[in-house]
Amino acid sequence: MKVYGFKNHPYIPNSGPEVQKKMLDYLGLKSLEDLHAEIPEELKLNRPLDLPKPYGSEYELRRAVEKLLSKNMTAKEYLNFLGAGCWQHYVPAICDEVNSRSEFLTAYAGEPYNDHGRFQTLFEYESLVAELLDMEVVNVPTFDWGQAAATSIRMASRMTGRGGALVVGTIDPDRSMIIENYCDPGVKISKLAYDEKTGMMDLEDLKVKLSSNIAAVYFENPSFLGFLETKGSEISRLAHEAGAVSIVGVDPSSLGVIEPPSAYGADIICGDLQPLGMHMNYGGGQSGFISTRNEERFVMEFPSRLFGVAPTIVEGEYGFGDVAYERTSFGNLREKGKEYVGTQTALLGITAGVYLSTMGPKGMEELGQNIIQKSQYTIKELSELKGVVGSRLEGFSFKEFVVDFNGTGKTVEEINEALLQKGIFGGKDLSKAFPEMGQCALYCVTEVHMKEDIDRLVSAIKEIVEE
Amino acid sequence: MKRIIRKNRVRSFHQARWNEPIIFELGSAGERGILVPKAEEEIVEKVGNGFDSIPAGMRRSVPLKLPEINQKRVLMHYLRLSQETLGGNINIEIGQGTCTVKYNPVVNDKLAASEKMSELHPLQDTSTTQGILEIIHRTDLMMREISGMDHFSFQAAGGSQATMTMASIVRMYHRLRGEEEQRDEIITTVYSHPSDAAAPALKGYKIITIMADENGRPDYEAFKAAVSERTAAFVVANPEDTGIFNPRIKEFTDLVTKAGGLNCYDQANANGLYGIARAREAGFHMCYFNLHKSFGTPHGCGGPGSGAVGVISELRDFLPKPLVEFDGEKYFLDYDIKNSIGKVRAFIGTPQVVLKAYSWIMSLGAEGLYEVAKVASLNNVYLIKRLLEYKGLELPYREDVQRIEQARYTMEKIAKDTGFSSGDIARRVMDFGMHIWSSHHPFYIPDPLTLEPTETPSMEDLEEYVETLHHILGEAYNNPEIIKSAPNNSTIHMVDESSMDDPDQWCPTWRVYQEKTKVE
Repeated sequence: MKVYGFKNHPYIPNSGPEVQKKMLDYLGLKSLEDLHAEIPEELKLNRPLDLPKPYGSEYELRRAVEKLLSKNMTAKEYLNFLGAGCWQHYVPAICDEVNSRSEFLTAYAGEPYNDHGRFQTLFEYESLVAELLDMEVVNVPTFDWGQAAATSIRMASRMTGRGGALVVGTIDPDRSMIIENYCDPGVKISKLAYDEKTGMMDLEDLKVKLSSNIAAVYFENPSFLGFLETKGSEISRLAHEAGAVSIVGVDPSSLGVIEPPSAYGADIICGDLQPLGMHMNYGGGQSGFISTRNEERFVMEFPSRLFGVAPTIVEGEYGFGDVAYERTSFGNLREKGKEYVGTQTALLGITAGVYLSTMGPKGMEELGQNIIQKSQYTIKELSELKGVVGSRLEGFSFKEFVVDFNGTGKTVEEINEALLQKGIFGGKDLSKAFPEMGQCALYCVTEVHMKEDIDRLVSAIKEIVEE
Repeated sequence: MKRIIRKNRVRSFHQARWNEPIIFELGSAGERGILVPKAEEEIVEKVGNGFDSIPAGMRRSVPLKLPEINQKRVLMHYLRLSQETLGGNINIEIGQGTCTVKYNPVVNDKLAASEKMSELHPLQDTSTTQGILEIIHRTDLMMREISGMDHFSFQAAGGSQATMTMASIVRMYHRLRGEEEQRDEIITTVYSHPSDAAAPALKGYKIITIMADENGRPDYEAFKAAVSERTAAFVVANPEDTGIFNPRIKEFTDLVTKAGGLNCYDQANANGLYGIARAREAGFHMCYFNLHKSFGTPHGCGGPGSGAVGVISELRDFLPKPLVEFDGEKYFLDYDIKNSIGKVRAFIGTPQVVLKAYSWIMSLGAEGLYEVAKVASLNNVYLIKRLLEYKGLELPYREDVQRIEQARYTMEKIAKDTGFSSGDIARRVMDFGMHIWSSHHPFYIPDPLTLEPTETPSMEDLEEYVETLHHILGEAYNNPEIIKSAPNNSTIHMVDESSMDDPDQWCPTWRVYQEKTKVE
């Protein structure tokens, strides 16, 4: 019989014919075929898979994949002003050093003993984010902001026994799709109207839509469109009066300078950890967090794992474990647990912990200040251009802002195409998601943008719109 | 020179024990871990200090109590904690059954760390991301062949999210056929992953769980009785988490198809099936693979991973959007997915993980995947036979029923004899730089141990694992004290978990701990 397979493969120690014979002899089996004897013939493929020929060596693999990757043009080679849910920040080298360690990278679901480091780093991440939010409980991270918001809404629904939620009208349509799918069926999601001048929530619409069936009001700060919602206290108050939970999604990179949502009545805070030390990875760096006060009624609704600190039998040792494990689908409850838990984005939580402990309070404050100054400078400079309004929305924006090109006679698509020719990724085109704004784009400016970058953007747009 | 004799397979081990403080106890006021760029003078001249423009009441007033630590100390802290974490690439990782913790090739992570991957923004014009899109598309094509499905989405970032994606497709499918109300049940099996029950329950389904028959396989008669016009779908792993393959699976899926339901395959246990049996021939309409298990990408302490969802062509238009497509000239993102469930994760999932899986498959090819399946199975049955040489350790159900790539054992007899549970044994295993896991809850098999060697260990590794486990089981009888006090050579000693379920006591963050342990 023809020998099929890949003998002596470096990833498969027991692929050598000699060792296989030794093992089969010990087992009393004739051939490797016997290992799948109980799989019926009609289910068997009985032919080789039709796959491309593998690379003959690690060197050839690396060369070929690098060649494929070389077709990409990165946000370092181009000047990037895209944000919209994924933000280009500086990733301190120490973040990469820690999260690429094999110990963390290849660990999974060990116990609080052999994975003590995993438990402690995730406990510390929870604790660091809790300081940033001025909250008490933070979960081992979930998938992304959208998932965190969706779970927050589900938590509120279970707490209140209500089947509706009101969501801010300026939400990212993609994030909204995640929430709507996750909450379907069970929680009906309705959007709230917003003030076209400021982007802020229309409180009259909120009052009309709040009812005894509304479990939660969800809004964001900074919002998807970059502006700050300054009436957070009023929104939370109205939600609470109607017996609903106030949920706020937040960009954590703002919290060195901006008030955390706990200060204006948020009961549940969620958001994305990606700005805290994660590379963009074409959208693969997103990681969601959910935070509440340390009240049983909140804690018991988390589907996520929550790592807590506890003593060991030896004085002076920190130990860790799962807080209220039974509530999860890993407990004895299976489908009766809270939603479900499984592989999510733990390594990114560890990385966010490294980031926050490296940045410290001063670093987070300076980061926020820098972002404000640079985004305001960009807005100012863009507003000097004919037909361009640097920020369409009145009021204060953090990191992202809506640039209005309606007066230029050009579409955002045309402008972005021209920018691309000049080596610049222009802001996200909002004309499809927010048609009421016409030709507007969402620009993102962070600490990675130096003055020369901003000036290059402004002069490029000037050339394009004034040509 | 004295000749050093090191003959024992059972290792003399001690894990790193740094007794490291909590990060908040480190550093001192004024220390900096990193400096942040400052706005240039011209910018400051034009816009001021930035703070003054923050609207009233929105400037942070709450003190930010992050620690202040110099960079070396931060690094030292995390490096020490990394040493106190037993990653799969460090130990003979056999003991995390169902998790397929195999070797994660270093080269794949080096490739994914390239700036050509890491510095891509997901909304860049696709003319600038043709490389990663091509990799995703190629992976899609290979996954189609491996499974027999017709189209894949890589949006889900984990297995449970993939199961939720499948359950969402099931709901949308029946909704559009006008049968959403009628079909309100999803059937799963007792030895499928808890998420196969929990994720469909989230999507509003009543869950029917089929128990095992005397051979450890899903009870066919019970299943037949459960299938009806109310069946929306069947969600199942095969082999199940016991390692037992259900050879009648096609009869199961046929029943569901005939009744108008959909068959969803949880392929978390696919590692022993590459090139041998596929979802298509077994009658499934969709399936998902964990790239972070079966396809060699690292687990990252629990993600990010990737749950690749594959469907037959009739269900392509239900997948989350966008999908990566190729028009013959260029790769693009197709947002125009008619019946799409919408989205399950931001953007297109975790492309850096797909890249690693692509590299893994391309290191192996068809013959390599087949070798993976054969050796994963060979290692498993070898391990079973060797382990069962220790009397008292047993396989539940019939021992002559074949196990594929993993096995769930029971140490019920040992527990009865000695009073030690599988959890007690697990604590002792750590004293040897290894790991062993019981099972998901609830324990349908008494004192379970679930072991999955994968294709990664050598014969010598397997022997070390076997001899160590035999040694420990011997201790259960001969040296009970050492098990009672275990772990003895790990990073920490036994944790007092009594606070973990007590709302008045539990401490999920440092600030809660500070408050609860305040000295009056």
